[in-house]
Amino acid sequence: MKLAGLLIGCALAAAAAANNSVLIRGADVYPVSSAPLRSVSILVLDGKIAEIGPKVVAPKGVRMVDGRGLRVYPGMIDSATELGLSEIPSVRETVDTGDLGEFMPQLRALASVNPASEHFPVARIAGVTGAIVVPATLETGGRPGAAARQYLSGQAALIRTFGWSWEDMAVVAPAAICVRFPTLGPAGGRGGPVPDFIAGMMGQAGAETYTQMMRTYQQELAKLTDFFDQARRYQKAKAANLPGLARDLKYEAMLPVLDGKIPLAVEAAMPRAIHDAIQFADKQNVKIVVMRPREFGGAAAELKARNIPVILGPVLALPRGQDEPYDEAFTLPAEAYKAGIQFAFASFDNQFVRNLPYQAATAVAFGLPQDEALKAITINPAQIWGAGEQLGSVEKDKSADLVLTTGDLLEIQTQVKHVFIRGQEIELTSKQTRLYDKYLNRP
Amino acid sequence: MSRPWILWLAALAPLCAQNIVIQNATIMTVTKGTLQGSVAIKDGKIAEIGEKVMMPFHATVIDAGGQYVIPGIIDCHSHIAVDGNINEATVAVSSMVDIKDVINPEDIAIYRALAGGVTTANILHGSANPIGGRTIVLKMRWGKDAEGLIFEGAVPGIKFALGENPKRPGNPPLLRGFTPAFPARYPATRMGVEDTIREAFNQAKAYKAEWDEYAAKVARGESPIPPRRDLKLEALKEVLEGRRYVHAHCYEADEILMLLRVADDYGFKVRTLQHVLEGYKVAPQIAASGAGASTFSDWWAYKFEAYDAIAYNAALMHKAGIVVSLNSDDAELMRHLNTEAAKAMKYGGLSEDEALAMVTINPAKQLGIDNRVGSIEPGKDGDLVIYDKNPLSDYAKVQKVFIDGRLYFDRDSDIAGRPAKALEKQKLIDKEKQSQPKPAAGRRPVE
Repeated sequence: MKLAGLLIGCALAAAAAANNSVLIRGADVYPVSSAPLRSVSILVLDGKIAEIGPKVVAPKGVRMVDGRGLRVYPGMIDSATELGLSEIPSVRETVDTGDLGEFMPQLRALASVNPASEHFPVARIAGVTGAIVVPATLETGGRPGAAARQYLSGQAALIRTFGWSWEDMAVVAPAAICVRFPTLGPAGGRGGPVPDFIAGMMGQAGAETYTQMMRTYQQELAKLTDFFDQARRYQKAKAANLPGLARDLKYEAMLPVLDGKIPLAVEAAMPRAIHDAIQFADKQNVKIVVMRPREFGGAAAELKARNIPVILGPVLALPRGQDEPYDEAFTLPAEAYKAGIQFAFASFDNQFVRNLPYQAATAVAFGLPQDEALKAITINPAQIWGAGEQLGSVEKDKSADLVLTTGDLLEIQTQVKHVFIRGQEIELTSKQTRLYDKYLNRP
Repeated sequence: MSRPWILWLAALAPLCAQNIVIQNATIMTVTKGTLQGSVAIKDGKIAEIGEKVMMPFHATVIDAGGQYVIPGIIDCHSHIAVDGNINEATVAVSSMVDIKDVINPEDIAIYRALAGGVTTANILHGSANPIGGRTIVLKMRWGKDAEGLIFEGAVPGIKFALGENPKRPGNPPLLRGFTPAFPARYPATRMGVEDTIREAFNQAKAYKAEWDEYAAKVARGESPIPPRRDLKLEALKEVLEGRRYVHAHCYEADEILMLLRVADDYGFKVRTLQHVLEGYKVAPQIAASGAGASTFSDWWAYKFEAYDAIAYNAALMHKAGIVVSLNSDDAELMRHLNTEAAKAMKYGGLSEDEALAMVTINPAKQLGIDNRVGSIEPGKDGDLVIYDKNPLSDYAKVQKVFIDGRLYFDRDSDIAGRPAKALEKQKLIDKEKQSQPKPAAGRRPVE
């Protein structure tokens, strides 16, 4: 017994000596998973939350952080970024998203993440400690050369925004396979096909007719279905230990999806595309997450009925068309909430990752309950991407990815005072703060 | 019989509406502090601000209990309300073209800007040319015609552009590796951009001298033949005479300093540096030149010249004594410039008034319209925005917007009007469907 006690003591001392143990004292904790706790302490040992309570005794040697007057939130998670993959979107050499090829599920976003990207410090000192990195080029307009008809762009990963290598940063990889689902006409829902009779009047010049678009759409859908059928055959052959089965990297990459371990992340903006994607997933018996919807319409009930989560694009966005209400995008999150759909927010961009909480705040101004907005940047994405046990809330045994602020996390004027990732305190500097200090103090 | 009477009343209604009292609000005047009380608008102009105000004749009273009133937001860099392309990119100097000729009063972006609290915007030509087209200041008077949008008496401007954008037409992408996608247009480098501007002002000075000489001769009673009017140089002559403001798109410190020195050499002033993302690196030089700076709050890294952009730029330039505004350059961002201002508090620790000034009185100063708009002071235009919460919070939303004392946006009416609009839209769609011609007889229908 004595020996055991001694051993535990040694282990605690070792943990205390490492820089991933800390006692945060007297802070107001916003666990997200439960009601806020006033003036409590959080003990972090070896990168994990060991205890939360009004009176917490820390082992000897554990560093203390004065949390009085500060709030503790779980670190935020951005559900779609190109962090570490795209440094300057207009400089091709710095961009590693959007490769060529129609079916590329084998491409791993994770292994191309540059941990030293200047984007990571900017994101994490704003309190974004986790991010989904995707293999597809997200930014609107895109880069010339990116495959126009790419169906599967590769594997997304959930990473932390701090680490010495991508291996170090990985939380869930692969977290999903990214799919651009075929749509009838433009994906954004703008424009749409030209009716046949009008195209007829124009002598069929220029615009695609409805008939042509429908044919293209059906061909694309058939192609996608065919790929999944092939992958399914491969899965069965492999399970049956079929002799002489050659290893196929594309189908191999599809196995976690076919086994139901990870979802397809499907870009689908309009109700019809969402409906089609759901039908497809049902038929293929795979899980999906709907990315960047712009309108739910009738698809809301389907999403709710099947518990399909959605990743909402920027709240601060223009309506799709002239006729739509000016606040169409502002009210979409509240609509998702009222429909009972689980959702998370994402930037779909690198430069505005730090504005993720402000996007959430706008949704609050236009009808979303504030605690739901907070969930949509913390616990919801953690659960959606398969890290609900580790991240997304301030709870015992979870990873200590924490943000300490001067006030409401969603308010622009709030300052971030401390960031911890796996219990390790992050230096609150970035390229931007360094340039600020340099020119603020210039002679 | 009663019809003319109704028409007369209808005509009178907007006049009456220009007398307004907003009560019980938190009034953020920007220049004279923040107070609890009322603001009165009489004949479209701000008459009085105080705990209690005199009620103008036939005033509409608005109870804004718990709400906030600020002066209408001014966006110093926008491209909305314009027909088609904003870049006349075929020539390096396009000072002959004018945004005024292509104002589109039906652009829905005007209404959306209003819904974001914007009442005035500087509408600029694009950035494809070292010297671009002429610019114009508009009020967001949604529903008026093109002429009705123009901010009366505002000094017109001209767009200049430095750096990557004006270089682009000089560097066409190569198709299949060797054929240029379009013929290259000089300049292709920042050196060429400087040369293009110098050359243009070289010509403009000579042109101005011709006209000055002509004017002198006329003054002496002679009858000289007037010089040939050159529409391209005319705008630059106005710049040299201080009658047209230069709004220069720029990013890097080098090109910013270059333009300031070219301006010194040719004797003109740069009114505003637009974007000016590295302005913080040459803030003392900008301050000394008297140029204003109109920047983004936190855009960065979208292109190489924006890689050193920092969210602290506005605060650093402000601390150096520059008049700084925050602009949108974007029909979406334009709708929440109030929270862009709040970012100047987060990044650089500015006060509420200093931050709010960056989207109100400062852009008004930069556009030379601060005698009319940009703050809540007696005698100024009745351009006001009512928010439900402090506008420097991202939980705030615009409730009402007045321009010249007239209500141009009202969130309640907007929402109330939606069912009727949806019905109207459906009717139009139904009508369109019914009017579709059937395929001509004998013609095989498209499969």
